[in-house]
Amino acid sequence: MPKPYISWGRFPYQEQTGTDIHWMSDGLPLDGEFLPQGNGRSYGDSCMNQGGMVLSTRFLRRFMDFDPETGIIRCESGTLLADILAVVEPQGWFLPVTPGTKFASVGGAIANDVHGKNHHVAGTFGCHINQFELLRSDGDRLICSSTQNSDWFRATIGGLGLTGLITWVEMQLKKVGSSAINTESIRYSTLSDFFQLSEESEHDFEYTVAWLDCLASGAQLGRGHFIRGNHGRVTQPKPQPPSRQFRVPFAPPLSLVNNFSVRGFNSLYYHSHLQQRQWSTQHYEPFFYPLDGIQDWNLMYGPKGFLQFQCVVPPQSSHDAIKEMLERIAAAGSGSFLVVLKMFGNVPSPGMLSFPRPGATLALDFPYQGNKTIQLFDALEEIVVQAEGAIYPAKDAHMGAANFMKFYPQVEEFLKFKDPRISSSFWRRVMGKTQ
Amino acid sequence: MKNWIVIGATSAIAEEVCRVWAKRGYGLFLVARNEEKLNAVAQDVRVRGAQSVDCFVLDVIDTDKHSECWQQAESVMGKIDGIFVAHGTLPDQKECESSIDRTLLEINTNALSVISFCTLAANEFEKKGTGDIAVISSVAGDRGRQSNYVYGAAKGMVSLFLQGLRNRLAKKGVHVTTIKPGFVDTPMTSGFDKGGPLWASPEAVSLGIVNAIDKKRNIVYLPWFWWGIMMIIKHIPEFIFKKLSL
Repeated sequence: MPKPYISWGRFPYQEQTGTDIHWMSDGLPLDGEFLPQGNGRSYGDSCMNQGGMVLSTRFLRRFMDFDPETGIIRCESGTLLADILAVVEPQGWFLPVTPGTKFASVGGAIANDVHGKNHHVAGTFGCHINQFELLRSDGDRLICSSTQNSDWFRATIGGLGLTGLITWVEMQLKKVGSSAINTESIRYSTLSDFFQLSEESEHDFEYTVAWLDCLASGAQLGRGHFIRGNHGRVTQPKPQPPSRQFRVPFAPPLSLVNNFSVRGFNSLYYHSHLQQRQWSTQHYEPFFYPLDGIQDWNLMYGPKGFLQFQCVVPPQSSHDAIKEMLERIAAAGSGSFLVVLKMFGNVPSPGMLSFPRPGATLALDFPYQGNKTIQLFDALEEIVVQAEGAIYPAKDAHMGAANFMKFYPQVEEFLKFKDPRISSSFWRRVMGKTQ
Repeated sequence: MKNWIVIGATSAIAEEVCRVWAKRGYGLFLVARNEEKLNAVAQDVRVRGAQSVDCFVLDVIDTDKHSECWQQAESVMGKIDGIFVAHGTLPDQKECESSIDRTLLEINTNALSVISFCTLAANEFEKKGTGDIAVISSVAGDRGRQSNYVYGAAKGMVSLFLQGLRNRLAKKGVHVTTIKPGFVDTPMTSGFDKGGPLWASPEAVSLGIVNAIDKKRNIVYLPWFWWGIMMIIKHIPEFIFKKLSL
């Protein structure tokens, strides 16, 4: 069944008209406002364009070149990270940075300047892009790189699709001995432990992330599993990929993710690791993409959809701000199975509107429960403002115009590069052009 | 490793089939009208692992060149294991009704050019006593309908032709697969409102096609439920059917 061009969070859930671009040589729509869309994996409304249309690149997924000697790959912008892995992983190459789903397109990964568990060493996805072509609505085609049209390059990375359509991308892959990951999972019991583990792991481990029990409170607040790992060696036996694929067949009438199920799951999962430390070698799929094993998992949240919250708060205020947010979340009794906390590193993000910056980043989902959810988001957003952090546009369906300006002061500069015929629901919201 | 000729290689369904075959390391000889698009598809399947990829630019209605196309494929690949005929256009029925030229052109593109390639392939494979012919027909060829009968008639001709060809070649080691997709989400159907459970993705249909060819199926509806739908549609009595607006 073809997809109706809606965003992954299914909130706000509205019909969205769209059209597809099939070939790079095809022109852009001749009139009206549009928004380039990759695979629609952004959670909120940054990939939506209510009242206008989206221009989907889902058919624009051809490889153009791959050199197994240098690891430089060139492909059309709708190519999914999964497609790239399928081609390059058997030849000893890997994505230099990968988000938590392999079903994002490369164009989308650039437009949101996505990050992964190796941010503290590798920076963002945009750091590994050699060049791309940007097609503007006036028909201009600009080759952009750090040396050619470099201001367009910086505006388009993290530019939320608003500077033009990315038609093709060239990126530098990473050579790995094995795509499998040797992981160590450490059960820890307080938020301070998390920060300590992060600090002691950042030099020796390429990948670090923590899973949190978001409903634990009091002395147990912030408890979770700290997971750190490195790629295996060539000689190591490779674990098998997970064989079973699950699928959520339809949206149940009520969200399956609720206080009851989340509390039960989180508590069980926290205690599931009997030893305080566990070592294993994992196939890259469950390590990087645990949710990709459940097709259409977003439907679990029922017909009202869900909101994701992801923020970053700077190092000096990280502990207190994260603690305050977790207290709010635990008090609200809301949250999700997969709550992620990670320290970003100091590698500068290349985009004008890139989200990652030094500090702690917290990400989790909330089923949409009307006003209650909105109030919680208001409170969390205020904590981020006070801590001088930022909220991630790719995940957002809530932040207001005034706060967006605080989080992204470079927007003034960015405006010079925005395509006049491109807009999005997100953009109109954060520019204060709705309601 | 097998060598396949793919006619209409820039069509969305053919492209997906080529991706599956590329992953298996097949050799591919790709034929299409638009050189730029053809090169894009060729480069894609090269990166995805195809053993060898060669291109031939051809407008299929130019039947005089079909034999040259075949010879070219034979000379670059050596042995040809199969031909997959996937090209087609979806005519504007109303335009066809007001233009005989248009109608004949559509029949030419969707039926006669297919028959030309199949005849050529049948004779070559028959001599060698081996080979696969797989052709995309359509559920639309199962019954004429007011909304789409020029396309339907062309596809109906292809389906019937392939039945005869299969019968002729069954004892000669040559297999013929007729593929009848329903609604597929491709550029060809971009004018349609594509919501609903009847629409399938080109990836899903391509997996069905590759599987049908592997298993040497005769006639395959894709997705499978179209077999049931078409059984019903074929069996509605004509005195009722003629009043319906399907």
